[in-house]
Amino acid sequence: MSLEHLPKPEELVKEDVLTPPESPWMDTPTVFKPGTYSFPTAAKNLKYLGMPNPREWSPTDKDWKLPDNWKEIVLDGIRERLLKYRSFRVFMDICVRCGACADKCHFYIGSGDPKNMPVLRAELLRSVYRKDFTALGKIFGQLAGARELTYDVIKEWFYYFYQCTECRRCSVFCPYGIDTAEITMMGRELLHLLGLGINWAMEPVANCYRTGNHLGIPPHGLIDMWEFMVDDIEDITGVKVGLPVNKKGAEILFVTPSGDYFADPGTYTCMGYLMLFHELGLDYTWSTYASEGGNFGLFTSHEMIKRLNAKIYAEAKRLGVKYIIGGECGHMWRVMHQYMDTMNGPADFLEEPVSPITGTKFENCKTTKMVHITEFTSDLIKHGKLKLDKSRNDKTITTFHDSCNPARAAGILEEPRYILRNVVDNFHEMPENTIREQTFCCAGGAGLGNDENIEMRMRGGFPRGNAVRHVVDKHQVNRLTCMCAIDRATLSALCEYWAPDVTVGGIHELVANAMIMTGEHERTVDLRGEPLIPEEDEDV
Amino acid sequence: MPTLEIEGKTFDVDEDGFLQDPDLWNEEVARLFAKTEGIQDMTDEHWKVVHYLRNYYLEFNIAPMIRKVCKDTGFKLKKIYELFPSGPAKGACKVAGLPKPTGCV
Repeated sequence: MSLEHLPKPEELVKEDVLTPPESPWMDTPTVFKPGTYSFPTAAKNLKYLGMPNPREWSPTDKDWKLPDNWKEIVLDGIRERLLKYRSFRVFMDICVRCGACADKCHFYIGSGDPKNMPVLRAELLRSVYRKDFTALGKIFGQLAGARELTYDVIKEWFYYFYQCTECRRCSVFCPYGIDTAEITMMGRELLHLLGLGINWAMEPVANCYRTGNHLGIPPHGLIDMWEFMVDDIEDITGVKVGLPVNKKGAEILFVTPSGDYFADPGTYTCMGYLMLFHELGLDYTWSTYASEGGNFGLFTSHEMIKRLNAKIYAEAKRLGVKYIIGGECGHMWRVMHQYMDTMNGPADFLEEPVSPITGTKFENCKTTKMVHITEFTSDLIKHGKLKLDKSRNDKTITTFHDSCNPARAAGILEEPRYILRNVVDNFHEMPENTIREQTFCCAGGAGLGNDENIEMRMRGGFPRGNAVRHVVDKHQVNRLTCMCAIDRATLSALCEYWAPDVTVGGIHELVANAMIMTGEHERTVDLRGEPLIPEEDEDV
Repeated sequence: MPTLEIEGKTFDVDEDGFLQDPDLWNEEVARLFAKTEGIQDMTDEHWKVVHYLRNYYLEFNIAPMIRKVCKDTGFKLKKIYELFPSGPAKGACKVAGLPKPTGCV
């Protein structure tokens, strides 16, 4: 399904569309409407990963071909996780249903479906928890907000736990600090016990397991892509940049999402990294094994997060690097900042990261040994280590989309803005309740950024799109800068729908446009091969 | 598994109509899949793109970067959209029997 099959933007979110159903939520059936759900995991991918119940099925089938003892499997799964994760038990018990989160979810705002209120999405699971794991629920049943786990409940879980991008905006407003993303994660873990997942998340997981990256690019394919970029950079700047790959004994391993090797506009950001590291003379290496920053395990299960994250550290060990720099990825930083240390860390065999150019110690990365590229680059700029010509980005009037995970999970708010202010003259913020910790999601994260789910993506994309449209009207913004590969892919479609004529790109694309390289020839085009000065301006 | 029937021949495909088993591909299959993309006649220009994609896939086990397709075939992106209205990834790759790329794309 594509954008042209959708109603016009102003029709999509008209008030009558957003009217809630009259029936109580427990009695409202789940309808799998095309455009609002994702295709299920292909059997080959479940088989490859050794996960349960590989088979062909469709959410619109009546029979989902579940194991006979599906109910027992799910209840045992809940029991096991309540014992294993204290946070899960707390999040099941502590909610007072105050509703502070209710209207904070982009999917609720854009769909009007009450089951997309974070509180109610969590209730889908809590109600089952109450029935089978609390005395009150066992005795009083529905009066105590409890309900039986039925086949239809499983279908409802599948629909709504895959209508959450785990962006955690709702959690910012929760007075108890309930991490609603973790509830979705638990819901998905339980569904996976029955072989219920979505292919857009699980094919990348299987690919990553097989080749080291989500796209399934083998080593010689990676080299071909990187070499293409090296040639492009030479055409644009006259400088032939180095391409260190799998270099043993390099000081730094660089890891970034594979989307940026393959798909525009991420490729321009990838070229930016190659140019920056070359100009610095950095002793670093790319890896064809740890060739993925992203970790779709985060959208699958705790076990899978660990399995995929381990590859980065295994490679760091094998190559004998001192530490790791991570690129403009989103959810990689949630994994790194909040899960890695207790799953695969502490990475004691690595050294505490110190910038070889400025001597700055990155104290915040003491245990993970992984530095965010914007921390690294903003530190370079602060110390005057880069020669920058902002005017080369003059045609770009940009705003900045805080990617959910770097912003809310890792607190990386100032570094990207500091860089932007130093590489472009025209930078305008979107309204304050749509940025920083309160940033609105691209609505395509957590595995939902596929074509078949396009209507729900555009509904969920409405708040972000609306904020972009605001700065287009006010400041003639023509670029949405972000630092996440899922963003670069999904915001492109979001802008096409909600804010036409706004292009999407990464930070290091703009850094490399502005950065004056040693020995470069006069640049006439930017990294996209487009004239630095737009043609219509030539006569002015 | 969804199937696609074109001119009496049946193929296993994914939900978006991409051929499941890339080994089943040949020029006849390409002609049939092209029809599902609204391409009635495969011209030399269509074949140039399709063969390029096919050979790249056989060598690298992945679709080429779109910019690389443009550079190596000499066709601008606009031209590729004229040839394959659904675009290089969803149109041309489908005709060339390549699997659909997934991930942050």
